[in-house]
Amino acid sequence: MNALVIPAATQVGNTTLNIAIFSIFVLVTLGIVIRVSKQNTSAADYYAGGRAFSGRQNGIAITGDYLSAASFLGIAGAIAVNGYDGFLYSIGFLVAWLVALLLVAELLRNTGKFTMADVLSFRLKQRPVRTAAAINTLAVSAFYLLAQMAGAGGLVALLLGITDRTGQSIVIAVVGALMIIYVLIGGMKGTTWVQIIKAGLLIFGAGVMTLWVGAKYGFNLSGLFDDAIKQAGNSNILNPGLQYKNKIDFISLSIALVLGTAGLPHVLMRFYTVPTSKEARRSVVWAIWLIGLFYLFTLVLGYGAQALVGSAAIKAAPGGVNSAAPLLAYKLGGELLLGVISAVAFATILAVVAGLTITASASFAHDIYAQVIKKGAVSPDDEVKVARRTAVVVGILAIIGGIFANGQNIAFLVALAFAVAASANLPTILYSLFWKNFTTRGALFSMYGGLISSLVLIIGSPVVSGAATSMFPSANFQWFGLNNPGIISVPLSFFLGWLGSVTEKEHNAAKYAEMEVRSLTGAGAEKAISH
Amino acid sequence: MSGPNDISEERAARYLEVQNSQEFAALRKKFRGFVFPMTGAFLAWYFLYVILATYATDFMSQHVVGNITVGLILGLLQFVTTFAITMYYARWADRELDPAAEKLAEHMERGTLQ
Repeated sequence: MNALVIPAATQVGNTTLNIAIFSIFVLVTLGIVIRVSKQNTSAADYYAGGRAFSGRQNGIAITGDYLSAASFLGIAGAIAVNGYDGFLYSIGFLVAWLVALLLVAELLRNTGKFTMADVLSFRLKQRPVRTAAAINTLAVSAFYLLAQMAGAGGLVALLLGITDRTGQSIVIAVVGALMIIYVLIGGMKGTTWVQIIKAGLLIFGAGVMTLWVGAKYGFNLSGLFDDAIKQAGNSNILNPGLQYKNKIDFISLSIALVLGTAGLPHVLMRFYTVPTSKEARRSVVWAIWLIGLFYLFTLVLGYGAQALVGSAAIKAAPGGVNSAAPLLAYKLGGELLLGVISAVAFATILAVVAGLTITASASFAHDIYAQVIKKGAVSPDDEVKVARRTAVVVGILAIIGGIFANGQNIAFLVALAFAVAASANLPTILYSLFWKNFTTRGALFSMYGGLISSLVLIIGSPVVSGAATSMFPSANFQWFGLNNPGIISVPLSFFLGWLGSVTEKEHNAAKYAEMEVRSLTGAGAEKAISH
Repeated sequence: MSGPNDISEERAARYLEVQNSQEFAALRKKFRGFVFPMTGAFLAWYFLYVILATYATDFMSQHVVGNITVGLILGLLQFVTTFAITMYYARWADRELDPAAEKLAEHMERGTLQ
């Protein structure tokens, strides 16, 4: 076994250096956020960055939004420890983008204004459908937010050597406060630039490490696998089955992954930041290339971490499986590379959390406050004011949630967010875009049915109770054997949407014509604003 | 009650007119004729891969060259097909979809279909 030199046993690298590099990132991005948000006045500015981003810029920002800490640290770690199964997981995350590309992105851009609910309530009864869509937006964003904030705690343990809960909680609060500042100052425009910078750093950092590992093995993948097998003492790391023991559970997870992406509200909202549906298409094309490239990097990084660091050392490190990529960086490039990769990982959490916060605040202010409570009788300025206040509340809730969820499994929480998105959102999105006879009752059945069934199944699953790795390991009210609800809740939600629609007669021919023509041709779609 | 998407009656009538036009029906048919089969195909291929990885582990574990297994090749092929479909769709939509959609949008704004 290669013994890894770990100074002071609890942390690697130089804490001061890590903090310094991260501080530089914060200062630079904050400067940019302040600069670009000078004209952050209208609702379209705050929610959609003035719809003035190009497809390429938005594609990079989507990549930044999507490659969360769970993707970067989680997938590299899963491959390092469980081999092939980690790779399998990343494929679902990538293929899912084809659903967004072919079925959702362009039509949504043409039809909606700021939120997912704009599209879903377009030709149905405004208030009930908007309320349901907003509740689902908040639920999915909350799961996702919690996952990111929980990850921050573990990362802090590893990178700053802060092992006590109080210290970690303070850092989570600092991360949350920074994010609130970004969102308040920058709105969608500032947040988008943070995503773009972060995505660039992440892909560059991962690319450098991949080339470095590649060079060590003469760019011979088979040779790298040889070393990984030797280090692991187990040739099964090249084969499926090490991580996912329950076959049905894995299929259930795959359904959630491939159908969840196009139902994630913070991803959908990004399509409003470009001027046309053509640019929305271009955004997804860029995102698919960059995300695909990144997952190919993680394949090399994961096996590289196994070969050069070893899964035993990874599991023993503070931060556990999530520490594979940082430990590999330390092994390759010492303190400096570790500092850079650590800063990137922090930036990742910060940027994703900012994106989620703006989505949640937009949904509350635009859907619930302006349309449901005030019935549309509210000025855009007041709406944005409410959105900013909501962002502060969401940020504070995220800090509190993150402190309590500290130590929970990040990848699981993210998988659950995908499961809720796939069951509660995607069926209604597809029905309302493509099915003429879809009705309000169908939408409500599908959205609430998908949300409630996935939550009930999650609460009854081993994730929550009845196993050593559960949220409440000492309790046992588990009755649903699978960790992931998708295999039941997704088909159920599609069925409920159909059932609700065929039992009701509702057809607004004029609104349907407007929605269909608008979605396919862009006639009447929201225009970019020019300052 | 005023909704967030209110438009004039004249404009609403035009939307209906465009929706009922042959050109629009052709555009919708073309779009759906591409994206529905393509979605079916990539989902089928993805789930075939997932099922092979869960139920045919021996097959996936066969070595082809050195340590390169069938599973790795099929996994990388998922990347290849995703990239290929992306490029193919983007090119097709730029060429086939956009001109027809732009023409209809222009008609919509000008108020005549001719």
